[in-house]
This record gives sequence, structure tokens and C-alpha cells, in this order.
Amino acid sequence: MSEKVLMKGNEALAEAAIRAGCRHFFGYPITPQTEVAAYMAKRMPKIGGTYLQAESEVAAINMVYGASAAGARVMTSSSSPGVSLKMEGISYMIGANLPAVIINVQRGGPGLGGIQPSQADYWMATRAMGHGDGHIIVFAPSTVQEMADLVAKAFDLGDKYRIPVMILADGLLGQMMEPVILPEPIDQENLADKDWALTGHQDQRKHNTISSLFLEPQELENDILKRRERYLIIEQAEPMAQVEYMDDAEVAVVAFGAASRIARSAVNKARANGVKVGLVRPVTLWPFPKDILSAVGDKVKALLCVEFSTGQMIEDVRLAVHDKVPVSFFGHTGGIVPTPDEVVVAIERMVAGEQFHILPFKSRLTGGAS
Amino acid sequence: MADLQIMLAGFGGQGILFAGKLIAYSGLIDGRELSWLPSYGPEMRGGTANCSVCLSDAPIGSPLVVDPDILIAMNVPSFNRFVEAVKPGGIILVDSTIADVCCMRDDVQFYRVPATQLSEEHNLQTLANVILVGRLLKLTEFTCASSLDTAIDKSVSAKRIDLVNFNKQAWRLGYEFTDLKECG
Repeated sequence: MSEKVLMKGNEALAEAAIRAGCRHFFGYPITPQTEVAAYMAKRMPKIGGTYLQAESEVAAINMVYGASAAGARVMTSSSSPGVSLKMEGISYMIGANLPAVIINVQRGGPGLGGIQPSQADYWMATRAMGHGDGHIIVFAPSTVQEMADLVAKAFDLGDKYRIPVMILADGLLGQMMEPVILPEPIDQENLADKDWALTGHQDQRKHNTISSLFLEPQELENDILKRRERYLIIEQAEPMAQVEYMDDAEVAVVAFGAASRIARSAVNKARANGVKVGLVRPVTLWPFPKDILSAVGDKVKALLCVEFSTGQMIEDVRLAVHDKVPVSFFGHTGGIVPTPDEVVVAIERMVAGEQFHILPFKSRLTGGAS
Repeated sequence: MADLQIMLAGFGGQGILFAGKLIAYSGLIDGRELSWLPSYGPEMRGGTANCSVCLSDAPIGSPLVVDPDILIAMNVPSFNRFVEAVKPGGIILVDSTIADVCCMRDDVQFYRVPATQLSEEHNLQTLANVILVGRLLKLTEFTCASSLDTAIDKSVSAKRIDLVNFNKQAWRLGYEFTDLKECG
């Protein structure tokens, strides 16, 4: 096993992508994901890969489309406003059944927003990554180690299901350094052959076609329904979540990504005060780990979602538990990171039987109910 | 070893992030859990920069230090911004050449180190940050001398062996320093 090194989340992710066989990167600069592109710019030329700074995000995602159609393991990375620009291309890739890894190191929105950490792109990533009937797989890492580990998994699942996969990180995870054990490089020879790819064949086989255009409605419906069957398989096989402190838990906190780090500190503090609180961390946001949440919902009296937004994942949590238990919300948005003490206050209020949706835009310590 | 939440703050260019990295790297060498989180954005271009470092024997939850055990402040605005946040019983270290301040709190340990002046006197310009890390080592033993030396080996480009030695000299200077008693 290789040794532990100290790396920024963005850099660990980029190195892990290379080790997962990514040899093509197309991007456009934006804070706070810059280190991903900078790392690729430095490394790709040395390993015979392609690093290209496109003229725009739209151009970059269409280069990704092209490389993927040719069978390459390809990646692009951006931050929230830039990902909005890529949505058209991602929808085309969904329609053309093309795998790729798309990184979103989220910052505050809407619009240009700010540059501090945010999770306000949950809805965009899980619901509306472009127009049409479609989904992408979405992973939410919560440590630098996971930034590295999940990117390899993202490439594998993308190829397996022929679907774009997003790593939904944020500025906090991208910029922080932690010890990380980088995954071993894969053997490119062992990757499954992509018999659908547009590779030159000198008329030795039937032509492959890659397109998302179906002018005949029945053809389009058939295509969408075929893809939906794959989605159903993904929803069965791929949900991931980490469930902790549930043995004696009477309530639980649900949080993903960087917010789960704050939640973990708060859960530890609350448990030190004798509060029996569990922690559930969805690792895949689509497919959402519904069954795991549902099982947790059967065991506890109340749930609290903590997000860096005004409350987006909470809708999936409520659906998963069928509103059998009250689901409260606490969060900050716009780039403000909640403090563990604020979350402890929210946990205590949940334990006291309150149901609330707090967005404390005045006081950071006690919050104001809205 | 105790869990430590450390906040380092100063002007962009004073080596705040590097000082934090040395502390973080020593934690890696000691086999501990750690996190290093910089402020990022416009402050990198000359405003106030700060850096959160957590050292622990358990997995780190929030990497953002809100109420530090230790504050290293390298300018007055940083001292003013974070002085009240330090936990009771915590430690505040200032570069008193630049932050010629007094601490009005009596529930923290306050240390004034003229780190910039020391760095200039010993021909270690720009290493006031590392001098302060050495002073912190003496006060808290957050790591050992050999781990900190290894952290410097890992953090400074091997092409700059002269800088490696200057850094090692700088933390020892801070380690040996006896604090100024009087307040500015």
C-alpha cells in the first residue's frame, strides 16, 4: 500500500483520476476548483495525456462529449456557475449514453454568487442536470480520502452504465488538506472494451452511431425507457450511505459532504452531553439511499437535515421516510459554514420535540426560526 | 497527545499557510488525524489570510476552527478578529514586531515574540512564521523536533536545500526564545 501523503482535496481528486485511467481533461478556470485544472495541466503532458483549457465551459463539455464518444476516460471540472453552463452538454451526453466524470466544487449561487463553500447545487445535480428525462450518478465525498476514492468509482460506474457521473464536492473539501492514501494506478489494458465507441475500424465492422437525436417519438420513447431500465438497476445496486452511532439513537442527523463533517462534530458534542443522536451520511445523492434512510426513520423519533443551503436534500429525506417522523432543517447558505455549536442547538431543539426549518440570517449562534 | 485546534492569521505573504502546513505535516509524520484549511480568495492577494489546523487522535469533524485552543496572530487586524474566540485556557502567540498589542484577557496565556525582528537579526528574513511555530513547539510539544524537521524536508522544495536549513534554524530560534514581558 502506498504511503499517506498530505494533499488538497482538489489535487488528490485530480491525481486519483489520472490513476483511474483518465488521460483527457478539458476545463475552464473557476474558483474554488482551480487546483484540479492546475494539477492536470502539470501532469497530463508528462504522461501522454491531454490537458486543454477550452475557450468556455460549453466548449469544454463538448470536448468531453467527443473524447467519450471515442471511448476515452475523460473528465472536466468546474464550480457552480460553470457547471450551469455545462448542463446542455451533459444532457446531450445522457441522451447519447456517454460516460464521463464531471467535477463540481460547489460555491455559493445563484448567478455568480460567491466563492465560498456551498451545497446549493444539490437540486441541479440530482434533478436537473440538463433538460429531458434523465439522471446522472452523483457522489458526495466528505474527506480528502473520499475525493480520491470516489473518483475511481465514478469512472467505473460511468463506463459500466454508460452514464455521466458527477463528484459533487465543495470549496471546503477542495481547498483543505488531509492525509490521503492514493489509490494504485489501474492497468489500462484491463478496462473493458467499449464496443460502442467511435474508433476507426477501416470498414471491418458495422458502423457505430452516437447521437441524442430521435425525430420519431416512438424511437425516442423506446430509447428513454431503455435507459430508465438502467436507472432502476442503478437505484437497486448503487446507493451508498454511512450510518453511525445508531445503536442507541433516539434521533439522527442527516448530512452529506462537508456538512457531514460539521454534523459529526456536533453529534460528538451532543453525545458527550448525553443526547442519543445518530449520524447518516448519504454518499450517493443519486441514487439516493432511500432504503437506508427509511430504516433509520423507523428507528428514531425525529430527523434533522444539515446542509449548506436553504434546504434541498431534505426533500429526498422526507420522501424516503414518507414523513413518518418529523424532519427538521438547519443550514447556512451563500458560503457561510455552520458551526458545530449551532448544530448542537438544533439537535437539542429536535430532541425537545420541536420541528423547525431554521435559516439564521441574523444571529449565527442561536438562529432565528423562519 | 491532546487534541489541538489552531488558528493562524496574518497578512497574505507572511507565510501563514506555510506555517500551518508545517504543523499539519508534523501531525502526518506522527501518524495523527489532521486537517488544514486555508481561507481562499481575495485575501491571498494581500488582505488578511488565515488557516485552520486541527490535530487529533480521532477523525476530524469540522475542519473549520471556530474557537481555537491556539491563536498565532501575525498582524493587528488578525489579533483583533480572533482574540475573543480563543478558548479559555488557550494560548495566543503574536509577532510583536508587527502586532505590538496587549491582551486584555486574563483567562488565556499570552506570548509576545518579536519574530520579524528576530528573523532580520539572524538573516532569516521571511521566516518569522517558522520562528513562531518553534515557539509553539516549546509551549505545547505538539510534535517532536525530528517530526518538525521532516515536515520541513517534505514542505520545502528539495532544490532549495539552503531554505530547508534556514527553516530548521528558524524554528529552533523560536524554540529557544524567552518572551518579552512588557506590553507595547
